[in-house]
Amino acid sequence: MSKQINIALIGNPNTGKTSVFNELTGLNQKVGNYPGVTVEKKEGICKLPRGIKAHVIDLPGTYSLNTTSLDESVAVEMLLNKKDKNHPDVALVISDVENLKRNLLLFTQIKDLKIPAILVINMADRMSRKGISVDIPLLEEKLNTKIALISTREETGLDYLKELIADFKNLSVNQNVDISGIDPEYFEKLKGTFPNEDLYKLWLVITQDVNFMPIEKTLIKDASSFETKSTSELKRLQQKETILRYQFINGVLKETYTVDAMAAKGIRASLDKLLTHKVFGYLIFFLILLLIFQAIYDWSAYPMDAIDSFFASASEWVKTTLPAGVFTDLLAEGIITGIGGIVIFIPQIAFLFLFIALLEETGYMSRVVFLMDRLMRPFGLSGKSIVPLISGTACAIPAVMATRNIENWKERLITILVTPFTTCSARLPVYLIIIALVIPEGRFLGLSYQALTLMLLYLVGFGAAILSAMILNKILQIKNRSFFVVEMPNYKLPLLKNVAYTVWEKTKSFIFGAGKIILAISVILWFLGSFGISDNFKNAETIIQNRIDTDGFSEFNQSTMESQLAEYKNSLNDGIVKKEYQINEMHFADSLLAKKTTLKKIARSQEIASFKLENSFIGYAGKAIEPVVKPLGYDWKIGIAILTSFAAREVFVGTLATIYSVGSGEENTDTITQRMAAEVNPQTKKPVFNLASGISLLLFYAFAMQCMSTLAVVKRETNTWKWPAAQLVFMSVFAYIVALIAYQFLK
Amino acid sequence: MGTTVAHLKRGQKGIIKEFADDFLPIKLLELGCLPGNEVELIQIAPFQDPIYINVNGSHIAIRKSMALLIELELIEDVNNR
Repeated sequence: MSKQINIALIGNPNTGKTSVFNELTGLNQKVGNYPGVTVEKKEGICKLPRGIKAHVIDLPGTYSLNTTSLDESVAVEMLLNKKDKNHPDVALVISDVENLKRNLLLFTQIKDLKIPAILVINMADRMSRKGISVDIPLLEEKLNTKIALISTREETGLDYLKELIADFKNLSVNQNVDISGIDPEYFEKLKGTFPNEDLYKLWLVITQDVNFMPIEKTLIKDASSFETKSTSELKRLQQKETILRYQFINGVLKETYTVDAMAAKGIRASLDKLLTHKVFGYLIFFLILLLIFQAIYDWSAYPMDAIDSFFASASEWVKTTLPAGVFTDLLAEGIITGIGGIVIFIPQIAFLFLFIALLEETGYMSRVVFLMDRLMRPFGLSGKSIVPLISGTACAIPAVMATRNIENWKERLITILVTPFTTCSARLPVYLIIIALVIPEGRFLGLSYQALTLMLLYLVGFGAAILSAMILNKILQIKNRSFFVVEMPNYKLPLLKNVAYTVWEKTKSFIFGAGKIILAISVILWFLGSFGISDNFKNAETIIQNRIDTDGFSEFNQSTMESQLAEYKNSLNDGIVKKEYQINEMHFADSLLAKKTTLKKIARSQEIASFKLENSFIGYAGKAIEPVVKPLGYDWKIGIAILTSFAAREVFVGTLATIYSVGSGEENTDTITQRMAAEVNPQTKKPVFNLASGISLLLFYAFAMQCMSTLAVVKRETNTWKWPAAQLVFMSVFAYIVALIAYQFLK
Repeated sequence: MGTTVAHLKRGQKGIIKEFADDFLPIKLLELGCLPGNEVELIQIAPFQDPIYINVNGSHIAIRKSMALLIELELIEDVNNR
């Protein structure tokens, strides 16, 4: 029977705390939420010596227990509340050897909470390079703790750390700093009123509200009623506390920590000169962005094609292997297609997050935030908004979640609201097919018009984001202080293990966050598209058969069948010539006939499917909204496709394929494109997909909020339905108007 | 208003004197921005905002509005590059 203890990992950002967490828990980790709040809870299981099992929680990186965000508040609550089931039996305070002084602030606070704490000094591998030496035994004595000097990069010291943890009962719980010194009279009174509580704990509870927006407090409610001090007085006392702590720390380090000033200044200074340069800094960033997008585009093409054909064949296999019926259809066309629609984006999303994680691990991202902050501020955004905005080009869902590190609530809210304007990967299939259809050939400055249009669409998305941010900035009346601090860590080589974990976590959030919703809506739409109550629907087979008997197959199908038959004939002849087989004339004719029959069967089932879709629930919905979309240049068929895009934007292409009765197992885009090009408006006799309607459609997809999953995440992150509802309304109306103007202007 | 962090030139150093308390977030102090500690300006972004400083060993960037609240005393630039 192994005992289970609780460990909490706490420390400054950039100390390698995540690496320690990864080392301790391996793959036994998961990310969830604290109950009732949108704060990420990262936990895992660690096996320690002597059969002890530990439940490890990785608390958000913070510089002190004086909280400035919801994340930190939740962490502190857990540390203050002994009854919390996650309350740690031992806290590991992770620090890095170069910033030890600052890291110790947090350490002394934890110690003062009387929680058994181990000081973990990471990045030991940098000590010689920086000329740093630490007298560990003396430091242990002065801080009243045990110290583990480790290096997550070189993977040293970890076993010793685990020993120390297993031995946690022997840790001292004496406090480091006596804070009553900052105002003896006040603390005397406190002690008198609450004789059984730790002074520092009381102090923390009292000052929590001072720094931050109110949160649900489950703690010592009485303490807050003791406030006989004004806010500014409390703040002043907090400052005194900080000074007091640093005095203690300076005293401790004076004897135990030495730096050889002659040691190399390090490459941070020289790299910073270049990367934050007024001109080169931006140039370099721009080039890096270009490189990233190019790489993503190129690299994800192969896996995406593979995934596409895999799911298409899986769907076919199910249809042919399982007995025909509703359930088979549901599986093949609802579920498998739905899952395929989610999986196909994984390569793009994973690659983008790979690059972002690399930039963050090296420390470069802070420099980008530094460069971009002033540029973003006129639009109500922060320098820290740059990561969500870039991530939005993969998928808005993890992008919105990435806004959590923006301290300023107004800036964070605006970033969340405008990120969905950036061109996400789901819009690409729609863009590509429409561009192929309506944008003419030709080049301008060496780039094809088609490529230029695509680039323009990206710029339009980004531009819309920035502009709406600016408008929101003026409209939203949210009072807040501009509070911006970014640490500029040392540059370092990225630890691939950490990068891998991060990419995995973010991709997972897309798969499960968006996945559930996309799948659910796919199934619903499949249902609405496969069933109908009209007579037309019920008698589809007969009706179509009659139509074929009288009018023959549709023009498009006829020409396709002819060319396919001709192709088959040629291959037969080839085979004869090459002596692969010998058949006589009668067999030759028989083969051709057999092939023709098969082709006819396929064409027939496609036309039936198309007719059924037209007369299904969703077909009727499409026809019902036709008057609304007509001014935009669309017909009811496109209307249906727009409706189905609410599952996921890329479903647009598949829906059109069905409507135009192009087989789903075909060499996709080419056939669909040809078919769409051939579609003619029965009234105007002009092609449905022309420049005007094409551009109108492109702009509609650029601006419309069709992604239910994004709305769900926004709701979670803003804790209300107000904002996603506003997003939906605003973006849809805006998309409609822009598409309308575009079509009316261009037609 | 005396000389503040916002007035530093690249490479210049100063010793922090005091600040306009109520509006300065405690986080800044916790990062080491305390009276008596040394501040060095490393880089200024275009438009003089944000400001990248080394305060007490912590390399951080802050906005100009905050830098204006931190008063300091300049250390005469001793050539030590």
